[in-house]
Amino acid sequence: MSRAAAQAGEFTADEMMTACAARALRDGMTCFVGIGLPSAAANLARATHAPDLVLIYESGTIGAKPGWLPLSIGDGVLAETADAVVSVPEIFNYWLQPGRIDVGFLGAAQLDRFGNINTTVIGSTYANPKVRLPGAGGAPEIAAFCREVIIIVRQSRRSFVERVDFVTSVGYGTGRGDRERLGLTGAGPRKIITDLGVLEPDPATGELTLTGVYPGVTPEQARAGTGWDLAVSGSLEVLAPPSAAELSALRALQAMTPGSEGSR
Amino acid sequence: MARIVSLAEAIAATIHDGDSVAMEGFTHLIPFAAGHELIRQQRRDLTLIRMTPDVIYDQLIGAGCASRLIFSWGGNPGVGSLHRFRDAVENAWPGPLQLEEHSHAGMANRYVAGASGLPFAVLRGYGGTGLEGLPGLDGQPTVRAITCPFTGERLTAVAALTPDVAVIHAQQADRAGNVQLWGITGVQKEAVLGARRSVVTVEEIVDELAPRAQAIVLPSWTVDYVAHAPGGAHPSYALGYSQRDNDYYVAWDAISRDRERFLNWLKTDVFGAPDPAGLASAAAGEEG
Repeated sequence: MSRAAAQAGEFTADEMMTACAARALRDGMTCFVGIGLPSAAANLARATHAPDLVLIYESGTIGAKPGWLPLSIGDGVLAETADAVVSVPEIFNYWLQPGRIDVGFLGAAQLDRFGNINTTVIGSTYANPKVRLPGAGGAPEIAAFCREVIIIVRQSRRSFVERVDFVTSVGYGTGRGDRERLGLTGAGPRKIITDLGVLEPDPATGELTLTGVYPGVTPEQARAGTGWDLAVSGSLEVLAPPSAAELSALRALQAMTPGSEGSR
Repeated sequence: MARIVSLAEAIAATIHDGDSVAMEGFTHLIPFAAGHELIRQQRRDLTLIRMTPDVIYDQLIGAGCASRLIFSWGGNPGVGSLHRFRDAVENAWPGPLQLEEHSHAGMANRYVAGASGLPFAVLRGYGGTGLEGLPGLDGQPTVRAITCPFTGERLTAVAALTPDVAVIHAQQADRAGNVQLWGITGVQKEAVLGARRSVVTVEEIVDELAPRAQAIVLPSWTVDYVAHAPGGAHPSYALGYSQRDNDYYVAWDAISRDRERFLNWLKTDVFGAPDPAGLASAAAGEEG
């Protein structure tokens, strides 16, 4: 499963994805952060090239500055270090909905060729699902109203499907033009960061296209891990592996996390 | 005016079989002690309402207290699945669980409408999602597209939530039953103001509430019962009193994954909890 230099044991696929996602964030941006890899990536960016990145968690913590990686979106360190703590209705109504936030970070259990996300159920019927997933949380509105969206998800034929079993959060719907028609004011998914590379929407159609791969990954591997006929960009980029500085900053954040091996 | 009573008395007085109950607290200040008391009193056929069911509702669902769930995100934060919730939905164990499902923004606004005395709240969102078409518990939609009467824009209406009972945990109450909570305050104020009856468990009963930045104060006359339950948010936390017990959330994964292990946990940690009545006598001591 490990890729490229990850195969040499220098870093893990998760570290590669996290570093790649962190680079997509620019200093001074406002960023709506979900837990897991998105939170790791946002905190890595803040610890490296983007010290003034504004981290916003759906618990109502605005401008949180955790010194480690929180397990939940409501860990005490987020409230204690935030510029402001607001109620949950306020974070969604006043801050997210009007389009004040630059970038939203999302994960997905299933993703389709137009970047629509399913985190609700796997199976053909909602009432009798094969797998009951956690559900929507803040994702539908993050996908709708952040100026742009970055999705972090491991790539396989199980997760990258022709059609999602349930549309929890809308990417480009059935193609370009749907977002405007549905009243979704943000621009939609800008980058999909996977353990194989990066997909970006085709400017004309909105269809996700492979635009970058990690060193040692072939477009054929990416196509094999995709449940639709994946288009490959004519100018496919080879993405830089995580630098020594990125790896040490990320590992330091993880080691600081209470309960982690490194902190014991 | 709020009455200060034992937790057992507060739950017995407010929550009956078949009620709709919102036990709120967004990651912070989750009223776990009250949840365990509800399990001990063996309430049945409840409609549980919570944005994030979290481990507290995983426990109530597994214990057979709930027939219906209104929610927006049912996972174990940072860990994975809520296995008792999944077992109920996927396998109807220990019984079937009917769902009414929203996004966080939708749920938060439904509470705002309830607290505001309005039948619905307006927001943008839901457009193009599968959530838009899901029926509510009574088979009727709780999401409708509406047209703005001023601009003609397409907006979304979500139906108000007015639970029979709201239960929250706060840091402090004074002896008159005024309640103060701070840190991440979630939707607790809206849940209490939108509910017909309310119970607040607190870390501490103090002589006087000191004013605090960004705190929420619920005056005594907005609350029915206050119960002293120190540590009552564990494994969630109370800012200023405790840290979130992340190890517990991680450990819950294995306990909840297996029915037998979960039932054993219920027996030892809820029904066999070391002197659950201890809470009651502690609160009685405070009163006297």
